[in-house]
Amino acid sequence: MNGIKQKQDPLIAVRDLKVHFQTGSVGILDKLLSQKQAKVVRAVDGVSLDIAKGETLGLVGESGCGKSTLGRALLQLVKTTSGSVKFKGTDLCKLSTEQLQQTRRYLQMVFQDPYASLNPRMSVGSIIAEPITIFESLPKEQLERRVQDLMRTVGLNPRYVKRYPHEFSGGQRQRIGIARALAVNPEFIVADEPIAALDVSIQAQILNLMSSLRKEFGLTTLFISHDLRAVRHISDRVAVMYLGKIVEIADSLEIYRRPLHPYTQALISAVPVPDPEVEKTRQRIVLVGDVPSPINPPSGCRFHTRCAYAVERCRQEEPQLLDTGGNHMAACFQVETAEKVA
Amino acid sequence: MTNPLLSVRNLQTSFYTRDGEVKAVDNISFDLEPGETLGIVGESGSGKSVTSLSIMGLIPTPPGKIKGGQVLFGGQDLLQITDEQMRKIRGKRVAMIFQDPMTSLNPFLRISRQITEISELHLNLTSKQSRTRAIEMLELVGIPDAPNRIDSYPHQFSGGMRQRVMIAMALSCDPQLLIADEPTTALDVTIQAQILELIKDLKARLGTSVILITHDLGVVAGMTDRLGVMYAGRMIEYGPTDTVFAHPAHPYTQGLLRSVPDPYEEVEELYQIPGLPPDLSALPPGCPFGPRCPEVVAKCQTQPEFVSVGTDHKSACWLNAVSTVQERKEIERD
Repeated sequence: MNGIKQKQDPLIAVRDLKVHFQTGSVGILDKLLSQKQAKVVRAVDGVSLDIAKGETLGLVGESGCGKSTLGRALLQLVKTTSGSVKFKGTDLCKLSTEQLQQTRRYLQMVFQDPYASLNPRMSVGSIIAEPITIFESLPKEQLERRVQDLMRTVGLNPRYVKRYPHEFSGGQRQRIGIARALAVNPEFIVADEPIAALDVSIQAQILNLMSSLRKEFGLTTLFISHDLRAVRHISDRVAVMYLGKIVEIADSLEIYRRPLHPYTQALISAVPVPDPEVEKTRQRIVLVGDVPSPINPPSGCRFHTRCAYAVERCRQEEPQLLDTGGNHMAACFQVETAEKVA
Repeated sequence: MTNPLLSVRNLQTSFYTRDGEVKAVDNISFDLEPGETLGIVGESGSGKSVTSLSIMGLIPTPPGKIKGGQVLFGGQDLLQITDEQMRKIRGKRVAMIFQDPMTSLNPFLRISRQITEISELHLNLTSKQSRTRAIEMLELVGIPDAPNRIDSYPHQFSGGMRQRVMIAMALSCDPQLLIADEPTTALDVTIQAQILELIKDLKARLGTSVILITHDLGVVAGMTDRLGVMYAGRMIEYGPTDTVFAHPAHPYTQGLLRSVPDPYEEVEELYQIPGLPPDLSALPPGCPFGPRCPEVVAKCQTQPEFVSVGTDHKSACWLNAVSTVQERKEIERD
């Protein structure tokens, strides 16, 4: 099945994408005297990946690894430094503002914080209707019906159409955010930590809603989260990001059962399992130290400062993301050598 | 049986708001033996943080008020003593670490000042002695290069390191009880693993009793001996951690455990608890979980008692009070 998926043209094709931010203010005088160089944060530093039509790709990593920036860059919500993001063959990085605006109806986003991402002064009805009115001129009645249909789709009572965001709970607000993203019939949705701000019992509700919507509308999704359990559940494939780079990408069950990259292994072993029996017996890989700063990432393999298997080569050379067979890609010299021996 | 270190009896804490009285903690009781770890889990608004603040005597009054109950710590009721006496216990014999290591340290003061303050106050150490002790504590919690890092400001540390500083501060007077309120929620998973290992290790070395408050069932599974599950201000289940995970008695606990995705198994749809957490200012009569409960019966209109369902294992559900099919039919008919 995977072979077929690969032959099809992907809906989203990212090649060597880089997003760098300048940080620290460099005044005009500094520039003239060229005494200070602005520091560069390499938030996304050379990412390539494909997302097939109808696929859900999970993206996991710790804070500061660049996963949110990558998500935003796919929708051109941040300026990309180099590389390309192709949506159905069109490079979004090369579109004019106007062209981009027209294309955006196919590309939508669900944000993490359901409190900050809804305008508190707009009613739910107008929040959901706003994207529709940008792209279509519908008569008022039709628009109202559409909004009510959307509310029903995401499990909100259409009677609440005139209410304001503060009258809803976190989970309900996230439903409003999802309805707003669905309003223009998008083909691709980036969901950036959609359940992180929600209570445990509500997380399952939103995850179920997202999988059922995906089936119903054939959506393609990038699901960004630090919650590995949730990502595993909802995604077809999972990509693991560390300091601006993708270090491993594989089918979601495969990556859990046979993680190849030492970082992925540590990440999976760090997640506490809600089962005392398992917790008592298992050996946890505890990484030493913190994530290094993306301003001055380590040379060679970026993970070598925290990796238990690091050898001299890891400090010098940067490992490439290579296919180890069965669509399982990893960027680690250890894996490469192991494969050769095998 | 030994005397418990902490014994909370029928604690009731309310907040008086515009919407009327909100019973944030409604009649909860539990014991903590010396050297034991108790986990308290619940969703936001379930009252788990208010419980810990009540024990520490940190409920803002008004709008809050401890209406009744007892907090017996080493035989002394912390609710009856004066502020002066409480100040001598707080930070010394009972210490607390908070969720957010960014906001619970003073950004204007060096770490050294913030740690030595406690040991100077409680242990009457000289400033030199307390500085030596602070460095020891920072080394104990695994801060590299402690003699130099001690004079840094909080912003010069990462989130995980700041949480280590908080733990060092909390442990610097060798408390008998450590209350950790969501100590790893603001941290990344690999850092969370570090901090949890640290707390486990320190507990084993120092013999401190710990109350671990969290919403993450995974965290309590590996860390605690006993577990209390809170819902809408009430403790609805309490028992040894292994027993509660293996045989959850309350439908809410059962639902919570079922709704966590299993990473090794492919399921089409996750189990979900229907509905929303209740509004504490407008609770339904009877069992607060009734409106969301898949097994709700007529009897749930009256509040269930917290009954024993096994060795040391209690649950507040009418279904736990019946043992036979016949009895069950009776309460369904009521």
